[in-house]
Amino acid sequence: MKLAVLLFAFAFAAPTLAGEAAPNADNPEVEARINKLGEDLRCLVCQNESLAGSRADLAEDLRREMRKQMKAGKNDAEVIEYLTDRYGDFVLYRPPFKPVTYLLWLGPVIFLAIGGTIWYVTLKRRHKMQDQIQPDSEALKKAAALLEQ
Amino acid sequence: MKRWIPLILFAVLAGFLYVGLYLNPREVPSPFIGKPAPKFVLPVIGQPGTTFSPEQAKGKVWLLNIWAPWCVSCRAEHPFLMQLAQSGISIYGLNWKDKDREAEALLNQKGSPYIVTVDDLDGRVGIDFGVTGTPETFVIDQAGIIRMKHIGPIDEAVWKKKFEPLLDKLEKTT
Repeated sequence: MKLAVLLFAFAFAAPTLAGEAAPNADNPEVEARINKLGEDLRCLVCQNESLAGSRADLAEDLRREMRKQMKAGKNDAEVIEYLTDRYGDFVLYRPPFKPVTYLLWLGPVIFLAIGGTIWYVTLKRRHKMQDQIQPDSEALKKAAALLEQ
Repeated sequence: MKRWIPLILFAVLAGFLYVGLYLNPREVPSPFIGKPAPKFVLPVIGQPGTTFSPEQAKGKVWLLNIWAPWCVSCRAEHPFLMQLAQSGISIYGLNWKDKDREAEALLNQKGSPYIVTVDDLDGRVGIDFGVTGTPETFVIDQAGIIRMKHIGPIDEAVWKKKFEPLLDKLEKTT
C-alpha cells in the first residue's frame, strides 16, 4: 500500500518539476542575466517584491519579454529602457539621479548634516558650561576635609 | 520654545501620516501621459478576420478600457461603462490575457459597451501600455495622444471628478 502511494506521488511530482524547470534549462546565461537585473526591478503587482523573485502573472510576463529581448541581442541597459518606457522609473529600485529625485538621494545627507550640526552645537555648549564651573578654593578644602574623615 | 519641539515634531509626523492615508500605492505614475499611444494591430473579438489599430480611432476622443473576463472589478464597472456608451462616449476594449476565451460569450450575454474589443491573448500590447492590472482606462485624444490613465474601476464619482472635466476640455479643442 505504502509503495503504491509513493509511486502515485512520484508519478505526479515528476511532471510538475519538469514544468517549472523548463524555462531555466533553455538558456542559463540569459536566465542569470534576468535574475540579476530583476533583483533591482520592482514587481508592479506585489510592489515590495523584486521582479526576479515574484511569482505574479505579470512578473512572469515581464520576465518573458526580457528573455525575448535578451535573446534578440539587447544589452542590459536596453532591456531596462524597455521597462522604464512602459512603467516609468517606478519599476527601478534604484531611481536615477535627476531633479525630481534630488531630495530622495540627497535627503539622508541633509539629515546627517542637520544631526551633525545639532551634535556639534550641543557639545560646544556643554564644553562652555564645564569651563564656566570654577570651584573656589574654599569649597575644595571643605570637600577634601570631608573625604579624609 | 524648547518644550514645544516635541509637539511640533508630532504635528509634522501626523501631517505626513494623514496625507499618506489617502495616497494609493497602486497609482503608479504613467510615463505615457502626453505621448502617442503605442501602436498595435490586434484581432477584434467576435469578428473573425477583422483587426483594430489605434489609428482607426483617430479624429475623436476615445477611451481604451483594458479589461478581462476573469477580473472582478471589471464586472463591477461594466454597467457604468454601458451607461457611458449609451450616452455617446467612444469606448474601445482591450481584452487582456483571456486564456479561457470567455470574452465573446460574456459580451454576448451581458452586452458590450465597446465599439470593438480587441484580443490581447499573450498580454504583450497590455505591457506596451504599461498595464499592471485590470481594469485600467486610457483617455486618448483626437491626435492619438494619451491624456490620462485611470487605474481601477470607473464609477460615477470617478467619472465626474477625473474624466468629465478632461473630456470637456479635449472636445473643445476640436
